[in-house]
Amino acid sequence: MDMGMTVLVVDDFATMRRIIKGVLKDLGFKNVIEAENGKVALSELKKEEIGLVIADWNMPEMTGIDLLKALRSDDRFKELPFIMVTAEGQKANVIEAVKAGVTNYIVKPFTPDTLKQKLEAIFG
Amino acid sequence: MDVALINPFIDATLHVLKTMGTTDAKPGKPYLKKDQQAKGDVSAVIGLTGESNGTISISFPEQSIVAVVSRMFGEPISNLNGDVTDAVGEIANMISGQARQKLEVMGRILHGSIPSVIVGKNHQIRHITTYPVIAVPFETENGGFTIEICIEE
Repeated sequence: MDMGMTVLVVDDFATMRRIIKGVLKDLGFKNVIEAENGKVALSELKKEEIGLVIADWNMPEMTGIDLLKALRSDDRFKELPFIMVTAEGQKANVIEAVKAGVTNYIVKPFTPDTLKQKLEAIFG
Repeated sequence: MDVALINPFIDATLHVLKTMGTTDAKPGKPYLKKDQQAKGDVSAVIGLTGESNGTISISFPEQSIVAVVSRMFGEPISNLNGDVTDAVGEIANMISGQARQKLEVMGRILHGSIPSVIVGKNHQIRHITTYPVIAVPFETENGGFTIEICIEE
């Protein structure tokens, strides 16, 4: 895993951004930035090179699934690793995310180990 | 209200607090709540839509939520600040999601809204339907809290 890559954490709750950021820092990631919704995330993605997006589903302004769809329709972000971390664990949500091109899916609540395992599955 | 709908919310509450807040909670006996008075100093309310309409809420006294959030963040929090109120919204969101996932297994598909958080002594919680409100008290080593469930038949 490239610990120098920039990770973008997108969640409307500061609590969850703080928890995910804490786990990433503990794992050794040096550059973690935040956005409170998909719209702000898109703006961050235009500003700097992001190596991984970790996003919530339900957010005001622009949801995580809409962010994912927007990224996958843009050639620059078709392969960008995208982990959905959401309280929405119903089958229809998971299927929609997979169809939209999500890289991995975590249902809240989760432990640091779960996030670590998903990262290892993506980056080795 | 079908009492079978209550257990998924109890189980979800225990799971969320244990996983994110490393807090063991013990549920008490559910009862019919007849007033709108919140049981705590900070509450989060989530609307439910889909096959049925409803609302769920969770209400914490300051002492118990400060202890839960301190454990979530891994650092001491001294009072009911913005970090704590934000965390109550996210806790409610996770309980809603977990419970709805369990309800899906029972054949009930419900969608949850983004939580609204209310702070202050003696605030009220208004459930969106006129159906009975079932309250479930919980105890932790740092005090209690209450969830309320109101779902149309």
